[in-house]
Amino acid sequence: MSPGPQGFVLAAPTGGEPVQDLLSDALAALSQAFTVTPEAGAPSARRRTWLDTFDWRLYRAGLTLELERVTRGGRLLLSNVDGTPQAEQPVTGWPPRRPALDVPPGPVRDRIMALISPRALLPIVRAISTVSVARLLNADGKTVARLVADHITATTVAAGTATADTASAGTTAELPLRLAIAEVRGYPGQARRAAALLTGVPGVSRAGQSVFTAALSALGRHPADYTSGVDAEITASMPASVAVARLLLRLLDTLEQNVDGVLRDIDTEFLHDLRVAVRRTRSAIKLLGGVLPADLAEHYKTEFKWLGDLTTPTRDLDVHLLGFGPMTAQLVAASPADLEPLRAFLVRRRVREFRRLAAALRGPRFRAITEDWRKALLQIRDAGVSGKRRRPPTAAELALSTTGRTFRRIVAHGAAITPDSPPESLHDLRKRAKELRYLLEFFAPLHDPVAYRKVVGDLKALQDCLGAFQDSQVQREEIHALADAMLAERAAPAATLLAMGEIAAKLTLSQAEAREDFALRFARFAGSAGQEHIRVLLEGRR
Amino acid sequence: MKIFATYNIKGGVGKTTAAVNLAHLSAADGDRTLLWDLDPQGAASFLFRIKPRVKGGGKALIRGTRTLDDAIKGTDFDHLDLIPADFTYRNMDLLLGAADKTGKPTRKLAQLLRPLAAEYDHVFLDCPPSISLVSENVMHAADVLLVPLIPTTLSVRTLDQLTEFVAGFNGHRPEVRPFFSMVDRRKKLHQEITKDLMAERPGVAATPIPSLSLTERMAVERAPVTAFAPRSQAARAYRALWSEFSA
Repeated sequence: MSPGPQGFVLAAPTGGEPVQDLLSDALAALSQAFTVTPEAGAPSARRRTWLDTFDWRLYRAGLTLELERVTRGGRLLLSNVDGTPQAEQPVTGWPPRRPALDVPPGPVRDRIMALISPRALLPIVRAISTVSVARLLNADGKTVARLVADHITATTVAAGTATADTASAGTTAELPLRLAIAEVRGYPGQARRAAALLTGVPGVSRAGQSVFTAALSALGRHPADYTSGVDAEITASMPASVAVARLLLRLLDTLEQNVDGVLRDIDTEFLHDLRVAVRRTRSAIKLLGGVLPADLAEHYKTEFKWLGDLTTPTRDLDVHLLGFGPMTAQLVAASPADLEPLRAFLVRRRVREFRRLAAALRGPRFRAITEDWRKALLQIRDAGVSGKRRRPPTAAELALSTTGRTFRRIVAHGAAITPDSPPESLHDLRKRAKELRYLLEFFAPLHDPVAYRKVVGDLKALQDCLGAFQDSQVQREEIHALADAMLAERAAPAATLLAMGEIAAKLTLSQAEAREDFALRFARFAGSAGQEHIRVLLEGRR
Repeated sequence: MKIFATYNIKGGVGKTTAAVNLAHLSAADGDRTLLWDLDPQGAASFLFRIKPRVKGGGKALIRGTRTLDDAIKGTDFDHLDLIPADFTYRNMDLLLGAADKTGKPTRKLAQLLRPLAAEYDHVFLDCPPSISLVSENVMHAADVLLVPLIPTTLSVRTLDQLTEFVAGFNGHRPEVRPFFSMVDRRKKLHQEITKDLMAERPGVAATPIPSLSLTERMAVERAPVTAFAPRSQAARAYRALWSEFSA
């Protein structure tokens, strides 16, 4: 790869010189040291699209992915956010019409697949530019650098193709003219000299942003503007009802941002994020709903349970299908091919379940939930309605009481679990642990970050163990249920059932291992160190 | 990476002109191409307007204190780079002999070029006229020896000597591809020798390069004729010749 160009932006201050005059000034400056001659031929057109996952996995890893349309196909270029090239590969017939879940083999794929999988790559911004090139010649008439002028028009992707942010979908913006000094190999000093001459021209400044970032900001978007995390704007002193309304509104935003991706079945993680938002909402209503009007909390408790249950069958099938590869890799006696009828069965089922899910998400009950819920929450947020209390509790007081209470419940519940306790006791503990995790996340802005990380670290270790225990059991039960269903549909060859039996046996072993781990993990969480961590968190609240 | 070398023991037979035009055509086809001007006279460097100077001179390159990569200059043409000549190349025989510690002084250039294999599709070596350790190195490094021949009886004799010399190599032997250069159609002798040799030797290129004043203008234009007069007879001849060699 040739050395990256040194970029500049021509931006006239308001009421200043027109860009054309600035360009003339830039050319005049370069003429002090070089003969500037236009490259033969007409200016070329450049069509570029930047891609990322819906949750910006590439950008968050410090990368950008650009697809440039060239004759006979395209070129994928992976760069650091600052524009330094990392890898590139040619592609033909890619991306397909649907957002791509995979990339053709090549160095770019090698770098990104582990990062993005199982998410699809979506177009984020498109840029069409007209590129004119001038050669900078030395006294021998040799080209020692090139001046590349790039007139860029950026467009957000069409409504609904990548983002629920329909307000800015399809928006177009013209970027300030960008100039770049492209180095000719073996002449780095001349490129530096040309760049230094440009730096001295009033109105010309070093490009502080990559084209991608500049295009996003011109279009009113910000990189990484979606996160599935809870980052509601709450403060310790605001009324608890307002803080809870803000939290719930933030969760509703996340839920709604994922609906389009779910309906278009772009990738499995839209539904996953939607479900997490629903679960968090249900926990928030359960644990914090006391500060909301009672009838409101009661009504939406039912509605969000309906929504959660609605999404479960499709998600369960997604989990099975996503884990199919690793699952078949564990087989010792059976062969992966034996499980193919199971995969086909799961795919057929998913088609059916997804159809049901999509119909419900397009239906009146779902619309009513989101619209009316938002209205009610906005009213509480803006009016500070707090039920019948005379002095409403603050967000900090609510955080303190609920977090402390939930922690104590987990300690009591866990301490009562013995090696002879039934699996249900561990399942219940898992639910409580998840509630504590959500509470911590809801009130994260009120906590000291160091104390917060310690408590979450302790809790996560316990949750992983409880998760492994319950997931193994649920999956084993599902394998049995699937075997029954396949038999009923006469879709279960004997080899497949035997292979499924082997998988079920492995799950039993994993569950037993998790069960053995439990005592140690719980002791770490609920022991003196864990107690001290939660005490510091709650008492050292900001 | 395929290495072509334009070589003839005689000077003034069109080696540099061929190397410059064929390298330009290779790059114009989209192949990543490198031309190494090994002739201390630096004619190829001059034609691409590149100063015939390498930091540290030939010594640094041969000894490996500087890599070839450091010496590469981009030309004015896409996909075409050049390693310039340096006046110190006149002592390259001595340098090659002195730098070698393996007992294989004839393999040094091949060894220096090896790291560039991933970066270039085609390399052209423009050799100085002589028979020396440098030319022997070139023959060992090259996959194809492009031998320009002025159609005279003596040239034919020289070709025979070269073919015999290469046949004596152990291991890697470059393919010898002679072609007629500076052919003057008005001269009966040129016509006869061209015709006879093409009939006798199957490896001789079918395309002769005519002697044309436009080719001499390269020194004035300081560019390949295939670039400044792409539709000329000279450019057409080089394009046909490159089609034969790149097939």
